[in-house]
Amino acid sequence: MFEAQHLDYAYPNGPLVVRNVSLTAEPATMTAVIGANGSGKSTLIRMLTGLLKPRAGKILLHGVPFESWEPRLRAREIAYVPQSTATAFPFQVIDLVLSGRTPHTLRFRFESTRDVDIAKEALETAGAAHLGSRSFTSLSGGERQMVILARALAQEPRLLLLDEPSSSLDLKHRAALIRALARLRQTKDLSVVMITHDLQLTGAFDRVLALRCGEAVACGAPGDVLRDEILRDIYSDPNVRAQAIGDQTFVWVAL
Amino acid sequence: MGGIVSQQIGTRVVRALAILTLILIASLLVGLAVGSQRINPATLFNDSFSRTLFFRLRLPRVLLGLVIGASLAVTGGALQALFRNPLADPYTLGVSGGGALGASTAIALGWSARVAGVPLVFAASFAGAMLAVSLVRMIARTGAIVMPGALLLSGVAVNLIAFAGVTTIEYLTDPSSALRILRWLIGSLDIVGLQPIGRMLWVLAPAWLALLALSRQLNLIAIDEDTASTLGVNVRRCEAIVHTLCALIVGVTVSAGGAIGFVGLIVPHAVRMMFGEDLRIVLPGSLLLGASFLILTDALARTVLSSGELPVGAITGLIGGPVFLWLLHRRQQYSAM
Repeated sequence: MFEAQHLDYAYPNGPLVVRNVSLTAEPATMTAVIGANGSGKSTLIRMLTGLLKPRAGKILLHGVPFESWEPRLRAREIAYVPQSTATAFPFQVIDLVLSGRTPHTLRFRFESTRDVDIAKEALETAGAAHLGSRSFTSLSGGERQMVILARALAQEPRLLLLDEPSSSLDLKHRAALIRALARLRQTKDLSVVMITHDLQLTGAFDRVLALRCGEAVACGAPGDVLRDEILRDIYSDPNVRAQAIGDQTFVWVAL
Repeated sequence: MGGIVSQQIGTRVVRALAILTLILIASLLVGLAVGSQRINPATLFNDSFSRTLFFRLRLPRVLLGLVIGASLAVTGGALQALFRNPLADPYTLGVSGGGALGASTAIALGWSARVAGVPLVFAASFAGAMLAVSLVRMIARTGAIVMPGALLLSGVAVNLIAFAGVTTIEYLTDPSSALRILRWLIGSLDIVGLQPIGRMLWVLAPAWLALLALSRQLNLIAIDEDTASTLGVNVRRCEAIVHTLCALIVGVTVSAGGAIGFVGLIVPHAVRMMFGEDLRIVLPGSLLLGASFLILTDALARTVLSSGELPVGAITGLIGGPVFLWLLHRRQQYSAM
């Protein structure tokens, strides 16, 4: 159980970029975070990973304040998929995925065969099994993202935080990503918080949190949040349309 | 699972270290045999002049090469990982330059004294190295990222300042000190007797071990700083420790052998090419291969001229400079600096 309460954040000498945002991630739920560029989504998720310290508000993990957790133990609970990873060295993909096992292995021990098996399974789940022996620097942006997802899965977290993981994925891999997450929610009670600009994907989520200028303007089931007036507000554009077709909502901008 | 034949990391480490240890033993034998006077076991046994030469000069020099080569290479590997920059090493980041300026200042002021058993030349060299690495990092780090271009450029500038400073001191001071300072500019392994090496090891051996103990954290930082952090590594603390250890190691080596360039650049890359990117292999591997590399380049420095010898720093510079340019060229191809 993961609870963020009334979070505020401001960069040094800057205005508040996240203001009074609360978010709860129960086991086996998927939450999408949407909003225009610069609305504070990434800042919010970086606070949830522990990379940024909130200026105000608190984050509780299993009822214990975030900062009282030992970093290594916290890393067994929460994994993070950043927007992009630029590595200066040509690490082999399988080794990079294996690094996700770090929180589970003793400091001066090498990873075990079991860790290697978990890493391979994670690659398979992420749809990147064929990339295992390639070097990370030789991969395309989309392939890199699948590998980074595999690294996060190898961490075997209970909460997975993703920052626009679908942005450089093609249609097929976007669908595969969402299906994989939904499957993990079912089989492993995985809880997911994911930033996305791809509003069609939010149909598979339990909840959508919409941010505008750092504030939560709506939070609820996808059908309740993906509505003309809310979307027009968060994107500041009167031409945004949303329409339900079957059980999915489609959003477009009339040009 | 097609093609994933990745061996267990433990097996890879053992295999790499075994191979590199054999290379080190071979290098030691070559280093001990060649020089102005060829020495073999028979001459060592029968000829007292050869024996004196061997134990007073040859052996200490080869061991100094071992210690300094290992130190510079492991420092280079650690700094490359820490800054996620394949072109980083104590020389290119100005750490050696800072150390050299500190050491020569101490000599010019006649600080041959010791404070609590620590020679002031070393203390000054450590202070200079620490100042340089802090300065370079401060300039290159903007918020959460280290700008690779700014890192190297500020390293170049720190080096230029340091060497201008050393040259100025050299001109201002008396000729005997000037001669001693000159060697800081280029680096050389002249040494008499084994005692200084023993003293260096008191500091270096624990510092090496401490760096090796951090190789797993450094491996995660080399991949990505945020990732390392979310995997439970305290990045800022690790960074501060590595800075201090590197300045300490470079301070000791520079105060003994001067600013020998590019060892820390070439050697970790060679280890990576042979055994892959994992820092848990690269760091101990660099320690071993760096020792071999400097022993062999010094053997070359001692024999390449028909009379006299070259400073070893000239050879490492002539080899390392082009390697640096080649790496820069290769890097430019896939990412803008």
